Amino acid sequence: MSIAASLANNLKTGAVFKRTAVNNTSVSSVTSFAGVSAGALTLLATQTASSSAQLDFTSGIDSTYDSYIFHLNNMHLATDQAHVQFQADTGTNTNYNLTVTNTYFRANHNEDDSLATVSIDAARDQSQGTGFIQFMSAVTDENDSGSSGIIRIFGPSSTTSVKPFLGVCNCHHHNPGSDVSRNISIGGYFNTTTAITRFRFNSSSGNIDAGVIKLYGVS
Amino acid sequence: MGAITRTFANNITTAGVLLPGAFENASFNNVTSVQSGAVGTGAKTFIASATLSSDATVDFTSGIDSTYKTYIFYFINIHPATDDVIFSCQFDTGTNTNYNQTITSTFYAARHAESDSTNFGYITNRDQAQGTDFVKLNYDAGNANDEGVSGYLKLFDPSNGTFVTQFLARSSGNGYGGSGAQDSQVAGYINTPTAITRVRFKMSSGNIDSGKIVLYGMS
Repeated sequence: MSIAASLANNLKTGAVFKRTAVNNTSVSSVTSFAGVSAGALTLLATQTASSSAQLDFTSGIDSTYDSYIFHLNNMHLATDQAHVQFQADTGTNTNYNLTVTNTYFRANHNEDDSLATVSIDAARDQSQGTGFIQFMSAVTDENDSGSSGIIRIFGPSSTTSVKPFLGVCNCHHHNPGSDVSRNISIGGYFNTTTAITRFRFNSSSGNIDAGVIKLYGVS
Repeated sequence: MGAITRTFANNITTAGVLLPGAFENASFNNVTSVQSGAVGTGAKTFIASATLSSDATVDFTSGIDSTYKTYIFYFINIHPATDDVIFSCQFDTGTNTNYNQTITSTFYAARHAESDSTNFGYITNRDQAQGTDFVKLNYDAGNANDEGVSGYLKLFDPSNGTFVTQFLARSSGNGYGGSGAQDSQVAGYINTPTAITRVRFKMSSGNIDSGKIVLYGMS
């Protein structure tokens, strides 16, 4: 009877619950609010490199989102002049050798101001190749070097279309004469109509010494 | 009816507070908003914003720390008070207010006039080579109502105490004198391993007449 009286005190006219009827414990079983927006970007996974041969993202890429974004923060390689590169695969395959055609261009500006250019670098792109896609090129192993950037993949779960991607990054490239700020842009497509489910990031030589890669879904 | 009443009574404390068993996700299907911070809002978290009105400078002096790996500023409809100027930014550490960090950066742009002429290329007087000036974020902007600049600035891992801090920026707008569309791409590094904690925005001359800048953290 006393419980009923207490409950009655937590009801308004019209039998609507007052705020005193509910506390955090009351809703501890609630895991979602269907009508409340959860934001446009959802963090799906984080990989932290520490002398890592590669970083693989093998789950979370499916039909839930139309596009996915990787943020690469302060990628630092163990081997001088190596490249941060990536490839993708389908299903549970681990070959990471999908057919790719892509562009690659970069702006370079060095610290002594003797170099300031923007141009295509045909040596770093692919034409129906199956190699890893060169992204952050000629990253050096010194502490003031490294690179950060973004890769976006569109519609990876499509089974009728190829999978376009865009990437942009900036590298601190150690050069014997004068260090270089290098802004790299890539764009291309994985030439497959099979759904892409996984990505691998590695160094063209040696390990990834340090860095954090985060995967987001874009709703 | 009696059974429902008895079951309901089991979901009430002696103080008349509802227990978790009284609610499930469907109980809240009609809820379309909750108070800010009550639930996760996705990977992009709002940190601060500034609405500009005849401001000489705009400073973001808090909120940039190790909480997030990536920080994004969106600058929206930045309109200068003075004709033929450049929107720009600089950075500082700790509680310093000098905004003169050493920067090496690149700058290239695509331009397309309303008369259909086009330009694309590296622009050397918009970059820096170990300079301490403000980073130029657009090619030029006029103060006519149909001119101005919008875009974004991304800072990667600014709290890292070992590596330099990379940044990427891209802006769009109708240039000075109604010169047409400008797509300016800027990238570089702040050449210090000291954590970056603050950012200042200003025009190369005169005030920022109007506009908005919003800062987000990426979890």
